[in-house]
Amino acid sequence: MAEIDKSGQSAMIDQADERRHIIRQGLGRRRRNEAIFRSLGLAAALSAFGFVVVLFGNIVASGLPAFWQVNIETEVTFDPEVVNIEERPVLQPGQSVAEYRREDLAWQRRVSLANWNALIEAAIRQHAPDSDVDTRSILSIVDPNARFVLRDMVIENPGIVGETVPIRLLGSANADNWIKGTIDRSLPDHRQQLSPEARALADALHEEGVMRMRFASHLFTNVDSRVAPASAGLAGAFMGSLYMMLIVIVLAVPIGVASAIYLEEFAPQNRLTDLIEVNINNLAAVPSIVFGLLGAAVFINVFGLPLSAPLAGGLVLTLMTLPTIIIATRSSLRAVPPSLRQAALGLGASHTQMVFHHVLPVTYPGILTASILGVAQALGETAPLLLIGMNAFVANIPTSPLDQSTALPVQIFLWQGNENRNFFEPRTFATIIVLLGLMLSLNALAIYLRSRFEKRK
Amino acid sequence: MSRRALAGPPQNTNRFAMHDVLSRTKPISADTRIRITARDVNVFYGATQAIRTISMDIPDCAVTAFIGPSGCGKSTFLRCFNRMNDTIEGARVEGRIEIDGEDIYTPDLDVVELRARIGMVFQKPNPFPKSIFDNVAYGPRIHGLVRTRGETEEVVERSLQRAGLWKEVKDRLHEPGTGLSGGQQQRLCIARAIAVGPEVILMDEPCSALDPIATAVIEELIDELRTNYTIVLVTHSMQQAARVSQKTAFFHLGKLIEYGDTEQVFTRPAERQTEDYISGKIG
Amino acid sequence: MSSFILATILLIVMALAYQMGLSRSRQVAAASGGRMHSRPQYHGALVALWTVVPLLLVLVLWLLLGDMVTRWLVVATLPPDLVERGGAPLSEAMQRIEAIASGVGVIGEVEPYERAAAERLQQVRLYLRAAAIILATVLAAGGLIHARRRITTRTRARNEVELVIRGLLIFCSIVAILTTIGIVVSLVFETIRFFSFVHPLDFFFGTVWNPRYAVTGDAATGSYGMLPLLWGTVMIAGIAMLVAIPIGLMTAIYLSQYAPARVRSVVKPVVEVLAGIPTIVYGFFALVTVGPFLSSTARMLGFSINTTSALTAGLVMGVMIIPFISSLSDDIIRQVPAAMRDGSYGLGATKSETIRKVILPAALPGIVGAILLAVSRAIGETMIVLLAAGNSPVLRFDPTEPTSTITVTIVAQMFGDSDFAAPQSLVAFALGLTLFVITLCLNIVALYIVRRYREQYE
Repeated sequence: MAEIDKSGQSAMIDQADERRHIIRQGLGRRRRNEAIFRSLGLAAALSAFGFVVVLFGNIVASGLPAFWQVNIETEVTFDPEVVNIEERPVLQPGQSVAEYRREDLAWQRRVSLANWNALIEAAIRQHAPDSDVDTRSILSIVDPNARFVLRDMVIENPGIVGETVPIRLLGSANADNWIKGTIDRSLPDHRQQLSPEARALADALHEEGVMRMRFASHLFTNVDSRVAPASAGLAGAFMGSLYMMLIVIVLAVPIGVASAIYLEEFAPQNRLTDLIEVNINNLAAVPSIVFGLLGAAVFINVFGLPLSAPLAGGLVLTLMTLPTIIIATRSSLRAVPPSLRQAALGLGASHTQMVFHHVLPVTYPGILTASILGVAQALGETAPLLLIGMNAFVANIPTSPLDQSTALPVQIFLWQGNENRNFFEPRTFATIIVLLGLMLSLNALAIYLRSRFEKRK
Repeated sequence: MSRRALAGPPQNTNRFAMHDVLSRTKPISADTRIRITARDVNVFYGATQAIRTISMDIPDCAVTAFIGPSGCGKSTFLRCFNRMNDTIEGARVEGRIEIDGEDIYTPDLDVVELRARIGMVFQKPNPFPKSIFDNVAYGPRIHGLVRTRGETEEVVERSLQRAGLWKEVKDRLHEPGTGLSGGQQQRLCIARAIAVGPEVILMDEPCSALDPIATAVIEELIDELRTNYTIVLVTHSMQQAARVSQKTAFFHLGKLIEYGDTEQVFTRPAERQTEDYISGKIG
Repeated sequence: MSSFILATILLIVMALAYQMGLSRSRQVAAASGGRMHSRPQYHGALVALWTVVPLLLVLVLWLLLGDMVTRWLVVATLPPDLVERGGAPLSEAMQRIEAIASGVGVIGEVEPYERAAAERLQQVRLYLRAAAIILATVLAAGGLIHARRRITTRTRARNEVELVIRGLLIFCSIVAILTTIGIVVSLVFETIRFFSFVHPLDFFFGTVWNPRYAVTGDAATGSYGMLPLLWGTVMIAGIAMLVAIPIGLMTAIYLSQYAPARVRSVVKPVVEVLAGIPTIVYGFFALVTVGPFLSSTARMLGFSINTTSALTAGLVMGVMIIPFISSLSDDIIRQVPAAMRDGSYGLGATKSETIRKVILPAALPGIVGAILLAVSRAIGETMIVLLAAGNSPVLRFDPTEPTSTITVTIVAQMFGDSDFAAPQSLVAFALGLTLFVITLCLNIVALYIVRRYREQYE
């Protein structure tokens, strides 16, 4: 071919024409490949996008109905025959506090033993006067906690006895399923949770408007409950998560930012620094469950922290979040232009002054975002908490980080395993909505704060 | 690579020594075939206009140099000839550009085919992260110009020979192209462009990242290549333009100020701005 | 509440000490007329440090030892026979004494020794508190006076303060190292204890997993073969990668090379939302939505998939990992120099040819690193598998059947009241160590590759 090049213009033009011909022939195939490749890319991006839509659509569609629950709106007569209780004891002079507490507890126990269910039964019966429905069926459509609602009303205001007052009681979980249709209405009797009489009664009450859907605000104010699933709420889990978040903010953010500053600005280049660096990168990718094992072995077993306490959980999450915060803070420190450092040093600032007075303020938005994202990540973590006993059933709102508690994601885990699937499935989705809502608002806060910081500069 | 770049391009230490340099280039004869014609070309990047109504004819088998201060639009104009501006989002080209009488901006023209006909060499040597052999074979392979291993080897050898690199690399064709020196990398890129068998070669400041010795080798190569190809060379070095080109176009602020035989442009510029630039008053 | 008051006092003392240092250094400066080595703020900070650090030390000592000392002194007053019995009666007695001392009182008769002990308790508490306060005050005042005296024009207050700051910073960055040491030591320690029950070879190469139920202090009665769990882990991670690699990589390619800026600015953050969703959410989604969907689809097509299976867990885990691969690959692809892309376009290559033959080979090391990181994440994932894989630790090769993984078994063995003496719960640490070592190797290799890749184009 080498001769052709030298053999003159016409041969070259022939050769060029031949080349163009070959290239043109291949064009169709290449364009097709191009289109295929491109549509594969588009399909991948669309399916990734589609997963988000399906996931969120599914969560919202399944979870939203659980925010409304069946309530029974009726009037209760506090019949003095039934509610026959003496005055509440008061602290006598000379009596020890312990003695008084015992008497008070005994009184409360007596109050609780009054037949509150009879009041509820009577209240509901007035809406179905000619029905011969049995007591069990009536009570099966009311939340088992309703009797404590009545009791607390009396304890709070003893003068109510003998009066008739309007009241709103939660329907039971099974009644909720029946009215919402989350249980198949065509199932045979033996597979239904409610007796036929109870179902008929629920339908009648629903028609009358006595039973109606109300926003389930107790979901946010009540604690978890085993006997009364309908009135179980997230307050305990919420407080547990809140304590853990506070611990993470108080510990992980300062420690993380400080070590990022040290590594990026002060650390000498030596083996130890390299080791810390590799170590932090690795720590960021260690499975969360391993942190749980660390917590169980060290915090619980060696340090003797209480099981199921937000303190232990918060410490585990702190260690887990630390690498995230360090890495993100370092990258925002690295983004500070060297000219700023040189300018500060040139004006006679010491190295420490340069870092704290000039470099750090510029990176506040980055550090803030990193911290909030780290906290959000910790908020959603479940697995390590299972290993330090935070999956225990807790019926109280924790009042300190040392009390037994659970957390929002763990509550999801607990509720998904409940036997009353029909009732708890939407409820678990509702909890997921609450959790995702919290995480989204944390992220939104990060974005908002960052934009405010950047505007001010 | 970066160590070589530190040496920088040859400096124009004496701008008035042009006469000596120019004695090496001869004006081309009037009957030379015109390869590329541009008529009323405008280029916009979004709202800003980078090229303002330029028309020019570029002759075959010659080196045409585009000179001008940074940001004058010479590279942008060069990139119109193989429609590389298409890859930049928001860039828009108006006017008419013909190569051998064919409008290259008609909708039914395939840029793939166009770019096979018009090779391009970039500012920084950009070999692919492949072996030297695969770098050169890349173009012929994607265009289906070679079918057998033998054909490929032939094309690779011929292209490397033309680029003056064959002797240096023939024993290490399967080593990565990124392992070569800067000047060798740039010649590899030229070989890669030649391998497709282009008719025109566009060179966008091909020596700006090279040291003076490597630059001299490339300039020699450009001079050799001109016998078979139409070469358009963008350069910020006036001495280079004077050394290797037959025609010179001076751009300023997106306008074509002056275009003519290299000797005339450098010795008897018709425009005041050209003279100012050549004498070092602007740019 | 008391801790709140303490903190307030500390802050006030700190502010006062700072002010005193500040004004003193100004006085010195004015009196000498010369230039101070350090600015007044640093002198203030130094004085504050000298004052608050002793205070804090006393506080910490008191918190750590106070209760112990109190208890020890009170127990000394109790009848010896009660002390000797120890255990529950003693702690009950202590509770009663505590209740009497706090004024709540107790139910029933108060024994004379109880009353005496309660008085003693109150006394000791009072004395200890007073001692702590006096000690703290003396030390703090001493520190304050000493530091204030030291203020001269030549005192290098700034350097000293900076030294303290640096010390604090170093301490903070050591926390990360301590964490790693803590993980390794606790895992290794408990694993060694586990291997005293079960032979390591039986653990690593056994094919039967059946630890039975933990009976306190019982010897190893079950089989602890890890292979079924390891296989389940690998199979689920493999399925996840089969989903995540093609979709994640193609998404990255599409978003970085094809998508118009507007599409990219919408799709990219939305896809990244997937990465922020807690894994328990994916697990629940897999359990109640994906599993039943797969199973009913399969039934329609004439074969069977279990609702909870390796397939269900793997598919959902794959979705979780998509953003991980796509955003890492996106970054890596964008780091490939534009000159390389232009070189290919300049030769007449189409976009897909450029991507496949130039950009991807150039980005390959980085992408491999990203994939390894994703694999390590898949292997360590717990909640999805716990909910959706069915927890059936049997060596089975059919992905449509339930299976179990290392992480799930760790949770299962540690559930409830974990008794750290039984092999049934100790095995969790052996599994954890295995998991830690596997992911550590993957991470080190991946981080090394990614780092090398970044340096190549910097």
